[in-house]
Amino acid sequence: MESRPKAVVMDAEAVSRAITRIAHEILEANKGASGIGLVGIVTRGAALAEMLAERIREIEGAEVPVGMLDISFYRDDLAMRLNPEVHRTDIPFAIEGRTVVLVDDVLFTGRTIRAAMDAIMDYGRPCSIQLAVLVDRGHRELPIRADYVGKNVPSSSRERVTARLTPIDGRDAVEIFEDATDRPEVC
Amino acid sequence: MPRPVPTDHILLRGGRLIDPQIDLDTVADVLVSHGEIAAIGEDLEAPKGAVVIECAEKLVTPGLVDVHTHLRQPGREDEETIASGTRAAVHGGFTAVCAMPNTDPIADEGAAIRFIVETAEQEAYCRVHPIGAITAAQKGEALAEIGDMCAAGAVAFSDDGRGVQRAGMMRLAMDYARTFDATIVAHCEDESLVGRGVVNEGVVSTRLGLPGWPKAGEETQVARDLRIAELTRCRLHLAHLSTAGSIALVREAKAAGLGVTCEVTPHHLFLHEDAIEADYDTNLKMNPPLRTADDCAALRQGLLDGTVDCIATDHAPHARHEKALEFELAPFGTTGLETALPLVATHMVATGEATWAQVVEWMAAGPRRSLSLPKVTLEPGGMADITVIDPEAQVVVSEDWFESRSANSAFLGDKLLGKASEVLVGGRLVLRNGKVVDQ
Amino acid sequence: MLQTRHIIDIQDLTADEVALVLDTAESFKEVNERRIKKLPTLRGRTVVNLFLEPSTRTRTSFEIAAKRLSADGINMTGSASATVKGESLADTASTIAAMACDLIVVRHKYAGAPRILAEKMDSHVINGGDGMHQHPTQALLDLFTMREAFGKLEGLTVGIVGDICHSRVAGSLIPALRMVGATPVVVAPPTLLPARPDVLGAEVASTLDEALPDLDVAYMLRVQMERAEGMPFPSVREYARFFGMNRARLDTMKPHAKIMHPGPMNRGVEISADVADSDRAIVLDQVNAGVAVRMAAMYLLLGGEAIA
Repeated sequence: MESRPKAVVMDAEAVSRAITRIAHEILEANKGASGIGLVGIVTRGAALAEMLAERIREIEGAEVPVGMLDISFYRDDLAMRLNPEVHRTDIPFAIEGRTVVLVDDVLFTGRTIRAAMDAIMDYGRPCSIQLAVLVDRGHRELPIRADYVGKNVPSSSRERVTARLTPIDGRDAVEIFEDATDRPEVC
Repeated sequence: MPRPVPTDHILLRGGRLIDPQIDLDTVADVLVSHGEIAAIGEDLEAPKGAVVIECAEKLVTPGLVDVHTHLRQPGREDEETIASGTRAAVHGGFTAVCAMPNTDPIADEGAAIRFIVETAEQEAYCRVHPIGAITAAQKGEALAEIGDMCAAGAVAFSDDGRGVQRAGMMRLAMDYARTFDATIVAHCEDESLVGRGVVNEGVVSTRLGLPGWPKAGEETQVARDLRIAELTRCRLHLAHLSTAGSIALVREAKAAGLGVTCEVTPHHLFLHEDAIEADYDTNLKMNPPLRTADDCAALRQGLLDGTVDCIATDHAPHARHEKALEFELAPFGTTGLETALPLVATHMVATGEATWAQVVEWMAAGPRRSLSLPKVTLEPGGMADITVIDPEAQVVVSEDWFESRSANSAFLGDKLLGKASEVLVGGRLVLRNGKVVDQ
Repeated sequence: MLQTRHIIDIQDLTADEVALVLDTAESFKEVNERRIKKLPTLRGRTVVNLFLEPSTRTRTSFEIAAKRLSADGINMTGSASATVKGESLADTASTIAAMACDLIVVRHKYAGAPRILAEKMDSHVINGGDGMHQHPTQALLDLFTMREAFGKLEGLTVGIVGDICHSRVAGSLIPALRMVGATPVVVAPPTLLPARPDVLGAEVASTLDEALPDLDVAYMLRVQMERAEGMPFPSVREYARFFGMNRARLDTMKPHAKIMHPGPMNRGVEISADVADSDRAIVLDQVNAGVAVRMAAMYLLLGGEAIA
């Protein structure tokens, strides 16, 4: 049962603008699209990575390879919860020597990103790893920061910050919910 | 023989006397004096110094006998002794037990039988009738000294624990036993069919992946031994029959006039293989194994129609650490002396399937007849081996409740109705208010 | 995420849980294809392989699975441990329990031993094969391999050929096939059949040649040739003639039909060398699946609970 959000911090237009800006920033920082691979963290990070790749194609006319990464096996909180649905990791390009842009929807404690970096390393030795997120809500527990941020959203740790993305939810938005108990956000 | 209790007179007052041997079923007093029944009648006067036991609402019956008990002494005194086993026996309502010879060493000579008789005289709570081995060391190869053992007090002969594998050996034994008018007690198990079998071959052996013990492994030897008994005219008693087929064979033989007797055990009567589940409870590992519900029904029918002569416990105490082994490695057997009467009372009398007179037939008269033990009846002048049963007494089968030194019961946790409250052996009170009387 | 704490009997799992194990194993199979075949998932967990009966293949498979999940794996084998006939299982259980392990994989010569161990300790238990009873992870890896080969399990007809009655593989595979909607058919001389194959859920075919045209998979069991006395067939040659898989028999099967074997194979007995080496035999796929499936079983049993 979905409760009503306390606030909508990004609507569809804001999400779209953020994606466009991040796409530009990625191209800017890496001097074009060559040598880049996007790796989205399942499930919404993967959706976001697809949307970013599409936007880069529109801007630059270049195809950026996109992969998806399930970090269930790399989590440090297996003791607390087990991901019931393990998705297949699918990275259809060589990591070796490439600049990997990790993509996730919400950056929170940084633990997911830590796990994702470990996972990426097991696939090969990238030239560098960068991080793109739609929302940074703070409360980091590890020395991790994003290279590309759609929007900084200061939040209470009691709150739940959720991204909605068209490929999964049929709409684009970022919402804040009060109750963090029904689904603990362990990012 | 039990150690003496300094009581010259015991008056059992107001119990319901049941003895089908003399068509007795009446409420009366029983006066026991100097080891014999002195008088039976209404409102008997208690002699001076008599112990008076109120038996209203209770049953007074000839003492129960178990023709199939493993007392484990000598050899495995950690599991049971003649003292502890007979304590268990009187706790279960028995006034006599027949001790199987598969001790360590095996009771296959006169000295071994004398050891049991003499130890029992000193230490036992009830009568102990030794059974000697048929073959030396129960190896099935050469006759044991049957005559010598008869002279020492053996009441029958058995290689129980194993079947006598060769038909020729069994024929030799039955022929020779006739010299002494001895009864052969057959444990029917063809090892070439049974192999490593540990449970009934069928549903459970398949489901649990355990080696099967097929019914034919018993029935072929039952059929064989009936024929050999017919040939030799030796008295044959078939131990712990477990299958419908065995009962049918005995029924047929009796109809043809053969003097054969047989026993069934409470565990084969009231448990079947479905009780063995994924927890591999080794207390349910028996030899012969628990069979099917249909076999249980056939055994009960055999009792009801007289094919089966008696209920015997096959009381088989085992050390806890040995029963804790893997199912295939754990020893066979369950204790039974203390649960037999409550089980029969609960599952056959309380359900209306049988009468108390039938129970007395199966547990007192039938056993004595099977092994030609002295008859005991509730009559003046009779030997005062008496069991008093409280049919309303509740029993929760627990390890603490046992007098036996071992607790490997297939019936742990059962709630049963009816048990012995008093037992007199030769006029001596060895069980009172359900408690063994210490000397 | 499994309802059961242990995988001892294949029916400890529900049909949905069987599917979950297979799905999870897909992800681990991907890991096994990587250059770095290691995950940190079970870091700090201890997995004991208690193998009280010789088994190189199964033990190695569990060992690799544990290592790839970063668990600390310890092998206790029959000769190395004190467990021999005569020591009570309870003693073995309390000894291992005292070492505070998270998961015990038990291979035991006698049926029921893993269950008895499981009841005596807090660790999770995976049955690595007990006597003639069950070998559930073998059944799971077989299902995984079949699902990979056919894209589905429902509706498959699987002939299990050979020593059914002494086979713990059959003991788990037959009910497992029933759970996923496949039809197990056993083919063997009655000397090698259990008393009641129907209890496990198997149909019985009278001859191999009659059964073959209907089968999607012919699962050839290893023939035990050690027993000389009371051998359940007169000679290896005669067994191979009536119950062995060979090229001529393979040709009578459906074109897509596959040949499976739990290994190790007796070439020339239950399976001819040319069939064993043909692309119709998916025996190595089974071995490959073994690691992934065992990783999945460990992951699903140990996930979701606090580290002690």
